[in-house]
Amino acid sequence: MEIVRPGSTGHSHGAGIPIQTRNERLRSANPAEHNAVSKTDEQWRYLDAEALGGLDSALLGNAIDSIQTQGPAAIERVDATDSDFGRAGLPEDVATANGWAAATTALKITVSGEQSEPTTVSIANPGKHSAAHLIIKSEAFARGVVVLDHTGDASIAETVEILVGDESELTVISLQDWSESAVHTSAQFARIGRNAKLKHIVVSLGGKTVRISPTAEFTAPGGEVELLGTYFAGEKQFLEHRSYVDHAVANCKSRVTYKGALQGDGARTVWVGDVLIRQAAEGTDTYELNRNLLLTDGARADSVPNLEIETGEIEGAGHASASGRFDDEHLFYLQARGINPLDAKRLVVRGFLNEVIQQIGIESLEARLNESIEAELARSNN
Amino acid sequence: MALLQIKNLHVSVETEQGPKAILRGVDLTIRSGETHAIMGPNGSGKSTLAYTIAGHPKYTVTEGEILLDGENVLEMSVDERARAGLFLAMQYPVEIPGVTVSNFLRTAKTAIAGEAPAIRGWVGEVREAMSNLKMDSDFTERNVNEGFSGGEKKRHEILQLELLKPKFAVLDETDSGLDVDALRIVSEGVNRAKDANGFGVLLITHYTRILNYIKPDFVHVFVAGKIAEEGGPELAARLEAEGYDRYVNA
Repeated sequence: MEIVRPGSTGHSHGAGIPIQTRNERLRSANPAEHNAVSKTDEQWRYLDAEALGGLDSALLGNAIDSIQTQGPAAIERVDATDSDFGRAGLPEDVATANGWAAATTALKITVSGEQSEPTTVSIANPGKHSAAHLIIKSEAFARGVVVLDHTGDASIAETVEILVGDESELTVISLQDWSESAVHTSAQFARIGRNAKLKHIVVSLGGKTVRISPTAEFTAPGGEVELLGTYFAGEKQFLEHRSYVDHAVANCKSRVTYKGALQGDGARTVWVGDVLIRQAAEGTDTYELNRNLLLTDGARADSVPNLEIETGEIEGAGHASASGRFDDEHLFYLQARGINPLDAKRLVVRGFLNEVIQQIGIESLEARLNESIEAELARSNN
Repeated sequence: MALLQIKNLHVSVETEQGPKAILRGVDLTIRSGETHAIMGPNGSGKSTLAYTIAGHPKYTVTEGEILLDGENVLEMSVDERARAGLFLAMQYPVEIPGVTVSNFLRTAKTAIAGEAPAIRGWVGEVREAMSNLKMDSDFTERNVNEGFSGGEKKRHEILQLELLKPKFAVLDETDSGLDVDALRIVSEGVNRAKDANGFGVLLITHYTRILNYIKPDFVHVFVAGKIAEEGGPELAARLEAEGYDRYVNA
């Protein structure tokens, strides 16, 4: 574990490719303005262009008609004339821009008042070469939960804009429970209002290639963001998560916790956690953590925390990153206590991933995800 | 009355230079309620015997057999051996990331008993065993062996011994790295568990110190992969006075 003390600057761990200051990255809705996917670009250094299945270049179709919703939030269709369209963020990579260009009509989900029941947005089998644009908005003082439930087969470039109104508390849960051939990119931009709280939970289990980029930008003091994620990559699965917290204003708090397990040949995960504390962001309190558990040989986890600090007047800023193996000695110890090998792995993986899963707080969802994890564990058990 | 028999046991390990023989014909019989001390110099194969009984994959049995009440132990997997009633208190217990002591103990108990323990009785049983071993109650919320001191690791091993109630306990250098107070607490734990459950003990140690607390019925001196001499507690007293030189230089 490494703690970066207030006052240090330009701290980064991305050896090999020079990393620009995070806020200098190009933002544009126009795909032509973005660089093509290339390993020399920091954003794409871990992913082969072919793995995107054409999401970066093919003509995509808007999947809005295949999306079902259920729950208390208000649902409407909006286009670029809506004042909230494009307010939380603009594409920072070519695949997201390509999807943005195709999904000219967005689905807007508005949480108002106190909503104790979650609103579920089901993105099931949206089809090949599809795109989606969702806008999730909590009005001032509102409370609510929105679940994005991605299932079935797809190749989809998605944008999710999250507008967290002043004094509101919003939970957004993005589940990637795809079938095994799915390809999914999702840029999730959150804009946090005054004294607003966002709890953002990503769970990536299915899919062949999944790349989720949650971004949170504070716009007024008193905001709090929790970015939580968990992933379990099986054989030949590529799961990438890139979080970014922009402390643009004073007195905001952020916590980033991503935990992943990997099992099988070619299981591959990437976590890149960027945090930028700008000059104006005095009193910032931030901590980010990534842990990976490798259950077998042939799996690879990359973990890259980047902390840029432009002011010394902060409460705290730190990061921790570690990737460890569950190996034969662990297995021997548990077996020597009567626990069979499958139960031993189950015990370890459940314990490890549960920290995030239990934050969901919706029992039926937690049970379903635990079942998916069990199925994955059983799949390549020796 | 349970019976553990080790007959003409030969064991080798794989090295870069090929297989290397470590145990060269060990014969040993242990009954319920008996305590056998295995003593010997470093490298004599004491720990190999312990891990071979438990079934560690690193060790290959090339000859001989191990029988538990007549059943062939060598055909059992590691977890089957534990469920059959064999327990190994390890010298270097590994850290298990993400698994709390509480969850681990309950899972192990369930696996060995074949059914989940009744919550109420179980929690009380764990608490009492922990208090006997002078362990803080918040210990159960820590991850298994993660950040434990040497003494905490050994107490945790003996806690499992008390709770899992095996037929035979193999204690692999449980005394190593313990100060006098911890040694006494751990030894008392072993004695308490043995009094309660009547299991047989195979106590592996380099030093005679622990034998002041756990009284052996039999002492076996291990040299170069087999038993060089056997006797009662008086043999330990002689080793204390004379050391292992007599065997090593013989």
